Amino acid sequence: MTYIAKPKFQHPGLPKNDLGFTHRDYEGKVSTLCAGCGHDSITASIIEACFQLSIEPHRVAKISGIGCSSKTPDYFLGNSHGFNSVHGRMPSVLTGANLANRELIYLGVSGDGDSASIGFGQFAHSIRRGVNMTYIVENNGVYGLTKGQFSATADRGSKSKRGVTNSDNAIDLVAIALQLGASYVARSFSGDKTQLVPIIEAAIRHQGAAFIDVISPCVAFNNHTGSTKSFDYVREHNESVNRLDVISGRDPITVDYAPGSVQVVEQHDGTRLALRKLDADYDVHDRLAAMAFLQKHAAKGQVVTGLLYVDPDAEDLHAHLNTVDAPLNRLEAGDLCPGTAALEKINASLR
Amino acid sequence: MPVPSPISSVNDFVIRFANVNGSGSASANELFARSILRMGVPVSPRNIFPSNIQGLPTWYEVRVTEDGHLGARGGIDMMVAMNPQTWDKDVASIEPGGYLFYDSTKPMPSSKFREDITVLGVPLTAITNSTYTDPRQRQLFKNIIYLGALSAMLDMDPKVIETLIGEQYKGKEKLLSSNVHALHLGRDWALTNLKCPIGLRVQKADKVGDRIFIEGNSAAALGAVYGGATVCAWYPITPSSSLADAFTSHCKRLRHDPETKKAKYAIVQGEDELASIGIVIGASWNGARAFTATSGPGISLMQEFIGLSYFAEIPAVIMNVQRAGPSTGMPTRTQQCDLISCAYASHGDTKHVMLFPEDPAESFEMAAQCFDLAERLQTTIFLMLDLDIGMNHRLCRPLHWDENKQYDRGKVMSAQMLDDGRDFGRYLDVDGDGIPYRTYPGTHPTKGSFFTRGTSRDRYARYTEEGSAYADNMQRLLRKFETAKDLVPRPLQANAKKPTKYGVIYFGSTAPAMDEAIGVLEARGHQLDRLRIRAFPFHSSVASFIADHDFVYVVEQNRDAQLRSLIVNENGIDPVRLVPILHYDGTPITARFIAKAIGDHQDQLKVTPLRKVVS
Repeated sequence: MTYIAKPKFQHPGLPKNDLGFTHRDYEGKVSTLCAGCGHDSITASIIEACFQLSIEPHRVAKISGIGCSSKTPDYFLGNSHGFNSVHGRMPSVLTGANLANRELIYLGVSGDGDSASIGFGQFAHSIRRGVNMTYIVENNGVYGLTKGQFSATADRGSKSKRGVTNSDNAIDLVAIALQLGASYVARSFSGDKTQLVPIIEAAIRHQGAAFIDVISPCVAFNNHTGSTKSFDYVREHNESVNRLDVISGRDPITVDYAPGSVQVVEQHDGTRLALRKLDADYDVHDRLAAMAFLQKHAAKGQVVTGLLYVDPDAEDLHAHLNTVDAPLNRLEAGDLCPGTAALEKINASLR
Repeated sequence: MPVPSPISSVNDFVIRFANVNGSGSASANELFARSILRMGVPVSPRNIFPSNIQGLPTWYEVRVTEDGHLGARGGIDMMVAMNPQTWDKDVASIEPGGYLFYDSTKPMPSSKFREDITVLGVPLTAITNSTYTDPRQRQLFKNIIYLGALSAMLDMDPKVIETLIGEQYKGKEKLLSSNVHALHLGRDWALTNLKCPIGLRVQKADKVGDRIFIEGNSAAALGAVYGGATVCAWYPITPSSSLADAFTSHCKRLRHDPETKKAKYAIVQGEDELASIGIVIGASWNGARAFTATSGPGISLMQEFIGLSYFAEIPAVIMNVQRAGPSTGMPTRTQQCDLISCAYASHGDTKHVMLFPEDPAESFEMAAQCFDLAERLQTTIFLMLDLDIGMNHRLCRPLHWDENKQYDRGKVMSAQMLDDGRDFGRYLDVDGDGIPYRTYPGTHPTKGSFFTRGTSRDRYARYTEEGSAYADNMQRLLRKFETAKDLVPRPLQANAKKPTKYGVIYFGSTAPAMDEAIGVLEARGHQLDRLRIRAFPFHSSVASFIADHDFVYVVEQNRDAQLRSLIVNENGIDPVRLVPILHYDGTPITARFIAKAIGDHQDQLKVTPLRKVVS
């Protein structure tokens, strides 16, 4: 709510991160979403993840489409540039922004209407290009702003608040992201912050296309009996394959884990992910097995969550295009203009 | 009807090649045009091609014009008929007294010819098959053989053609000598068996000067390189694909770091036009110079983003190589038909800047200028090319660049300016030109960040649905559009030799035909002042030009008189004073068409004075 100013006063005892910032430095404006909305929990998780990673807020570009989820970038990282673009077109805007300046962190926030319906194509193509980004879908299965129509991620057979049964098959964005070559794929639940925060942290650290599907119940239109995106349903059917801890820098892994239950994955930038396996057989490096695992559990009505796939040595779009190390937006005429002598040569070759 | 005598003309005729698409004729035909240029005689070639890869008819027309008339002329003096599929139509299209060159290997009934033309049969297939066995070679060398025969008929210097072949196959001696051999096979046959030269001849002249020969799409792409474009996102669509292709090849040559070999550009083939313009807007928002190339259907798809660019004030450059619409229309035919759809693109009240280059040289300059304008005005700039300029080689003045030129990056607030305490309001007009300051993402840890949105907001980028704040912003956007009028290229005026009450307005690829038509009209006694419009919004000189004349012809290549509508709408001109001259069949407008349309209208005005009739 732009008209309610948050007080600048801070308690002197607020915890600070490595940069000396408190959580308050990662907050944005007051949310205008419904009280209890899952999206606000995701906002809080993003704030927590950026705080934990000691990211300079202004080095993040937050880009969204249109919808309830796409409003949320206004509610976190108030010192970052935000871009609430066009319905379903966040991925292309983010791709362009990323091409212009490879040094910033790109956080794409979208919803299920935004990414699974109107922007399904853009979602798919940004993933297949390997844009270095964290792409979060706040997935509630309905169109909230327009009063509760089904979205394309609503499960077949689930009931709307008005009692209508959905007869269309659901799109599983995680399955699609895996198939299209996303190099970091996770699913989580807005009601499970302890799982979600490290998943966001690791995604931000990941150097490639990181996709996170967050089931985020809509308290106004999709939290009733018969919905498969309600708080109760997701809690009851949550099949979590692992728990994640992100270890930055050279800190030793100090948490006590039961022997053999932890797998350490080192990402390209040096961050290490400590995975506590909840499903002993699940391998986060096996894309094909992950796809089969998802299908098998979806058929049983279960919602698989956790870090589902990671390729720690992923390449991004800039690597594919072999672009210079300096951000393209910093190049000036001296770098870009071939000059008059080159033009004379070109003229001569055209006679 | 008496049989007309064969057309006799030196350095002034039109020759058309009728070929099958994909038969490799294009390079032989282009070689023909270049050879004449090297003889110092201007040519104006045009591709007339189908939306097809192989098999459908395609034509290549060369206007040989010592006087340098580069517009299409209309009429065909000589037909090189290599496509049986279009034979009847091709033969019928030859001017009386003209020439027909065909492959005489297979005998044809006399009913397939005309009495009033000169028929030149060369057994091309027979010559080719007796020399070559490989089918692909037969196909390719047949084209060079007809070029050889043609050179004899038209009295062309074979040395010039050999030199060009030599330049083309430099370092590939085998290909070079076999091409030269094929050239002489045809030439020798014609010299031995036909009366050479015919009435049409090419004679060495010195009329080309330092001019260059380039396609508009390639020139515009080079303009983007010189103008500092670093991000290009595009989706293939005729006739704009060759612009993106040319940008790619120019960048490969000119934009790699000499040491690291890394690219100082990023080119993405989008999944559609929406993604292409989205990428452009994302990149421009983040401070890079970005553009897309497209055509009419692409413009339709980009509408929503263009509105965002207008309202959220994000630079974007769209190079629109126009083709005949509506819908899929005629994808390989030319028109100037997207003026309205670009000028007022997107829902709500919008207005956009358009530049109208007349030829490749101006395409180069204006393409580069688009990026300065986009960043200065923080909005979408359209470069309005068309198929006629974009996809044909055109003789034009050499490309020019000012060595000292710096890019105008527009109003960008730096970290230093923010630290100095400058008041930053993203949509705040601090100096009355309607243009606010912007900041690039990542500029400053605590100052200058803002939330970009397509929803209404106040001067400090805070969301609001307050009517007064909305209206304030919309009025500022109008003020900005006023500022644009003095930043865009001005119209160019050329007055008739004698004072006149009549004027003509035209733009873009109509220019060469218009220039030629003026000469024809003067010969008929019609004096016209000329104004070539080079941009929208219109400079104040457009209104004053109209005010200075009783009425003004507006010549354009679309059905609905779109430029005229824009002039009427934006300048409040009485429509009666603007007479539309419209050409829209997909072929390039000709001087003959313009001169006839304007001449007929002028003749109707010649009222004989009453007194004269009485006496």
